[in-house]
Amino acid sequence: MSDLALSPARVALVGNPNSGKTALFNALTGARQKVANYAGVTVERKEGVVTTASGRTLNILDLPGTYSLRARSPDEVVTRDAVLGQLTGEAAPDIVVCVADATNLRLVLRLALELKAVGRPMVLALNMYDIAQRQGLKIDLEGLSREIGAPIVTTVATRRRGIDDLVAQVEAVVASGALGTTNSWQEPDAAAIRKAHAEAQRLVRTYVRPPEHPDTWTGKIDSVLLHPVGGMVVLLALLFVMFQAVFTWATPLMDGIEAVFVALGTWVGAGVSNSLLRSLISDGLIAGVGGVLVFLPQILILFLFILALEDLGYMARAAFLMDKIMGGAGLHGRAFIPLLSSFACAIPGIMATRVIDSRQDRLTTILVAPLMTCSARIPVYTLIISAFIPRTTVWGLFSLQGLVMFGLYASGIVSALLVSLVIRKIFWRSAVEPFLMELPTYKLPDPSNLARNLALRGMIFIKRAGKIILPLMILIWALSTFPYAPVGATRPAIEYSFAGMIGHFIQPLLAPIGFNWQMAIALVPGMAAREVAVAALGTVYAVGDADNVGTLARTLADHWSLATGLSFLAWYVFAPQCAPTLGVVKRETNSWKWPAIMFTYMTALAYLAAFTVYHVALALGGG
Amino acid sequence: MSQSPAASIDPAGLTVRLSDARLGARGTIVDVRAESGAQSVGVVELQRRLLEFGFVEGARIELIHEGAIGHDPIAVKLDDMRIALRRADAADILIALDPA
Repeated sequence: MSDLALSPARVALVGNPNSGKTALFNALTGARQKVANYAGVTVERKEGVVTTASGRTLNILDLPGTYSLRARSPDEVVTRDAVLGQLTGEAAPDIVVCVADATNLRLVLRLALELKAVGRPMVLALNMYDIAQRQGLKIDLEGLSREIGAPIVTTVATRRRGIDDLVAQVEAVVASGALGTTNSWQEPDAAAIRKAHAEAQRLVRTYVRPPEHPDTWTGKIDSVLLHPVGGMVVLLALLFVMFQAVFTWATPLMDGIEAVFVALGTWVGAGVSNSLLRSLISDGLIAGVGGVLVFLPQILILFLFILALEDLGYMARAAFLMDKIMGGAGLHGRAFIPLLSSFACAIPGIMATRVIDSRQDRLTTILVAPLMTCSARIPVYTLIISAFIPRTTVWGLFSLQGLVMFGLYASGIVSALLVSLVIRKIFWRSAVEPFLMELPTYKLPDPSNLARNLALRGMIFIKRAGKIILPLMILIWALSTFPYAPVGATRPAIEYSFAGMIGHFIQPLLAPIGFNWQMAIALVPGMAAREVAVAALGTVYAVGDADNVGTLARTLADHWSLATGLSFLAWYVFAPQCAPTLGVVKRETNSWKWPAIMFTYMTALAYLAAFTVYHVALALGGG
Repeated sequence: MSQSPAASIDPAGLTVRLSDARLGARGTIVDVRAESGAQSVGVVELQRRLLEFGFVEGARIELIHEGAIGHDPIAVKLDDMRIALRRADAADILIALDPA
C-alpha cells in the first residue's frame, strides 16, 4: 500500500422505482448530500459523500429509478447515460451499486443483467432484507453472487443495517482495481428482453425459495383502497383531510412568518436613513423574501402528505383511481400528483411534472397546473367575496360566500380539464402514452427518511423560487416606486410611477371587463404574486391600514359595482398573475415558448371570462 | 376492435386478450404480440414495454381490480408483482385461462 492518499471513487446507485434506493442513499450519505440539476436538463442530480474505513472518499450519485437502461423519460435517459459514461459533464462511475427490493427480485435481476453487460464493476444490494426474512424468503446469496458475478450485500436502509457492509464491499471492489470489462450493452429488442427475463426467472427459481408467509396485507388493503366505489370514497376523504391540514394547520405558521418579516422590515428600515434604500430593502427585498417564505408551511404540509403517501405506496393507487378521469381529459394518471401540489402553489406542482415520461403529457400538465386554485388566490378571493357577496344562507344550509368560494375552486378544476382536453384533442392528437405502473407493496413510511426528503423539498422550493422571485420583486418594486410623485402631489405616489403609467395605459383595454384604472394599476405589482394585488389595492385606494381586510373590503364595496367585483374574481380564476410561475415554466422547459403560450392563453381565458361575467351581471342589474 | 385473421383466438374461449378479460380471470400468458399501440408509442415499443414489466410468456396472471368507469384501468397480479394498466394497452397480451 502506498502512502499516497487513496483516490476517490465514483459510485452510481441504480435500481427499480420502489426499491428503497433513496432511503439507501440517505442512509449512506446522511446529511452529506447536495441536489442540483444535470447540465442542460431538468433532471435532479443527487450526490452525496461517504468516507470508507480506510479513508477513501466515495462520491455517491443517486440515479433516477428505472426498470431498464432502455430509457423512455428524461429521468431514465440520465440514468442510462450516466451508467454508460455518456453524460455531458459527468465522468463514468467507477462502480455501480444495483439496489434491489429483496422481496421482488425478478425484475431487478433483469436490470442487473443489463448493468453487467455495461461492463462496470458492480455490487448488488438486496435492500428491505428484513421484510424478506420475515416472509421466510430464502435467498442463496453465494450461489446468486457467483452466477451474476458480483458481490451481494443485504441491507435494511431504513434501519441503517448493512450500510457499513455495503461501503466495505464497494471499497474492496474499488481497491482490488477491478476495471470492468468492455461495454457490450445495446438496446434490447423484444427477443433480447424475453431472453433476459427467462434468465432472471431461472436465477430466481434456482436461488430463491419462495416466501413461507407471503405478504397478504397488500391484497387486503387494496380490496378496500382500489374498490371502484370504496376506493374513491377513501381518496376523496384523504384529499379533504389534506386540504384541511394545508389550510388550517398552516395558518398560525404563515401568520408567524408574516409577522416576523413585517417586524424585520420595520426594524431594518429604522436603521437605514436613505429613504430610497430603505424602501428597496424593506418593501422590495424583505417583503419579497417574506412573500415567498409565507407559502412554505403550506407547501411543506402538502409535501408531507404526498411523500408519506408515496412511501406508503398509495400514490400509485391514487393514479390508478384517477386515471380514467384524467385520461378523459387527455392527461396521464401521473399528472394527478403535480396538479394536486398546484393547489398549494403551481411552482412545486410544475417541478413535480418531471415524473411524467412523455414530453407532450408533461407540457400539457405544466400548461394547466396554474389553473388549479393556488393559495395565493385565497386572499384575493376572500377580499372580493367579503366585499360583494352577502353573508346569507342558501337552502337553509350553505353559506353563500362559501358556495362562491367552492365555485371558484370548481371553475379552476373544470377549466384545467377542459384546456387539457382541447390541447390533446386539437393540438396534439398524436401519441397517447401507455399507462403502465407498478403497484408497490404497502410499507410503513420511515419517519427519519420522510423528514429528510421533506427538508430537501423545502430547500429546493426556497432555492428555485427565490432565484426567480427576488429579481422580479426588485423589478416590480422599481416599477411601483419610480418616478417619484411630484412635490405637493395629492394622490397616492404609485399613481405617478411606471406602474401607474402602465395601469393608465392598459385601462382602456380593461374597460370592457369593468376594470377601473385603480384595478389596472394593482395588476402590475400583482404580477409578483397574486396576493400582492390585495396590498396594491390598499395602496391605490390609500387605505392606510391595508392589512385590515375589512376596511379595504368596505372601500371596494363603495367604489366598485357588483359586476366589477365579480369580473375581478373571474379574472383571477384564469389570469397568469404570477411572474414566478412563468419563470419556473421557462426553467423547466428550457424555452421562452411555453411561458409565452401559457401567458397568452391564460390572459385570453381571463379576459373572456371576466367579459362574460361583467356583462351578464350588468344585464341582471348588477351595475 | 377488428381483428386480423392471425389475431383470431381459439373458439373454445379458453384464450382471451387481457383487454377483454373479466375481473377474477386467472391464467398463464401464452403470447405477447406486437399488434396494437399504433396510436400510442408504436407497436414495437408497446410490446417492449409490456415485456419489460414482466408480461412474458409463461408468467402467471390474475385480474385483481378494475376501475369504476368502463371497468378501466385494470390491476393485475403478475407472478408476484402488481401492475396497473389500461385495457387499451393490454390487447396484445394473450392469456390461457385456467380451467374452471
